[in-house]
Amino acid sequence: MRARTLILAACVLLLLAVPALATLAKQPYYIDLIRRVMIFAIAAVSLNLILGYGGLVSFGHAAYLGVGGYSVGILAFYGFNSGWLQWSVAVLASALVALVIGAISVRTRGIYFIMITLAFTQMLFYLGNSVEEYGGDDGMRLKVKSQFSGLIDLGDPVAYYYLVLALMLACMYVVHRLINSRFGMVIRAAKSNEARSRAIGFSPYPYQLAAFVISGALCGLAGALLVNHTAYITPAFMDWTRSGEIMFMVILGGMATVPGPALGAFALLIVEDLLAGWTQHWQVILGPLLVLCVLFFRRGLAGLLPGSGKDG
Amino acid sequence: MAELILEAQGLRKAFGALAATDGVSLELREGETHAIIGPNGAGKTTLIGQLAGNLRPDAGSIRFAGEDVTALSAPARARKGFARSFQITSIYRDFTALDNVALAVQAHAGHSFRFWRPAREEAALRKPARAVLDEVGLGAKAGMLAANLAHGEQRQLEVAMALATRPRLLLLDEPVAGMGLEESQRMVQFLSSLKGRRSIILVEHDMDAVFTLADRISVLVYGRIIASGTPEEVRANVEVRRAYLGEDA
Repeated sequence: MRARTLILAACVLLLLAVPALATLAKQPYYIDLIRRVMIFAIAAVSLNLILGYGGLVSFGHAAYLGVGGYSVGILAFYGFNSGWLQWSVAVLASALVALVIGAISVRTRGIYFIMITLAFTQMLFYLGNSVEEYGGDDGMRLKVKSQFSGLIDLGDPVAYYYLVLALMLACMYVVHRLINSRFGMVIRAAKSNEARSRAIGFSPYPYQLAAFVISGALCGLAGALLVNHTAYITPAFMDWTRSGEIMFMVILGGMATVPGPALGAFALLIVEDLLAGWTQHWQVILGPLLVLCVLFFRRGLAGLLPGSGKDG
Repeated sequence: MAELILEAQGLRKAFGALAATDGVSLELREGETHAIIGPNGAGKTTLIGQLAGNLRPDAGSIRFAGEDVTALSAPARARKGFARSFQITSIYRDFTALDNVALAVQAHAGHSFRFWRPAREEAALRKPARAVLDEVGLGAKAGMLAANLAHGEQRQLEVAMALATRPRLLLLDEPVAGMGLEESQRMVQFLSSLKGRRSIILVEHDMDAVFTLADRISVLVYGRIIASGTPEEVRANVEVRRAYLGEDA
């Protein structure tokens, strides 16, 4: 476990050093890139709670990126720029949407669950496309970034970078606590053997639904961060390929491990960035690369870490 | 006479045209072990499924300690004091033996909407779990992943999980199935140590186990109970010998 802790600590130190290194190298672009990666890492970490630990294959997680993003965007559109308000609404609205989607989908299993979560996300996607008020399929610009009573200026790329880093680590810690609590044991047990859970007296549904809502809420936070990052919100936030990408980060990084989804987000988005800088046909290379990863690292990137136990 | 703990009346369950349970009534008194035997396909597992709440009977009723539980789900019955083992071992394979039993304890320790404190550090869950593991003789394997236990040990673990819920009724579906001779003897010995303390419905193919453990035996053939009585009575019953024990009377 020690070597693993050291490696993860080194990763955190490296992330802390990114702004300084990027400034030294006169490549401020990397602050932007890594910040975006970390926002997606939060989305992947949130998905992992239900996918990795709960066994619920949600193929619609981008919905909460959209709900979180539009919450901020719409409030800003009407002149409410307080980040406290915007981000609270983003998280609560995402939780509420997750409650509705979850209440229906969590009763189903397997392919039905995948299809229902996908269908709801498509509905939200087309809703975003059709509301002309907020730019329809063009989306809208976030003219003023979220304001936090002058405490932090999100317009400052470095300050915002550190905020995202802190929130990503906080989300990972929250998930770590959750999955080891009584609550976490119930959802993991239900994934492991649902018949057994029912036979000893657990009704998994309310716990799985709660996990689904928490997961949606965390991803809504990522949505609020993403709209501040891009200063733009479009229905593309909720594109189904986006849901697939987030799911892929989780699988690539290692399901049911705490650092896995973040590692997956880094690996996927950075390789994507490198390949895109090299050729415009980068997807032709990325696709087979991902297939090979899944074939050869069955336990994901986190499985390569020394002493990788079950609980991350 | 001891209190009636379980009373099933006129249970009927059909899958299409096949009546897997065809008007079964049975009773279990507190502290009694009631074995259900019958040839393959007699409907034993279907019957256990209805008693445990996994299958809804088409007709009939089930009373538990005087209360009608026919409409209750399996988890709700489990919380009332039902515990079952499955014909095919059903454990949490990717958790340790101790985790498995601790989860069973947790299922009966109020709601689990507790989000922060590590469950594995809660003495209230771990201590009783450890005690039950010791009781079934798995104490030394507590930290082992359940998937890595030997087959017989996994069966023991399943019984340990059932016991950890402090059940008032144990439904055991072929607890010695697939075990070696020595393992099965150990399991029978352990189950007989529960005799009188637990109320048990036992489905079993192994006749040695059945005649050692049962206070009463019911013989199920094609979904009907064709005979019921003490082990001696059943052994002597001509119809049973013809239908099941495979002898020419």
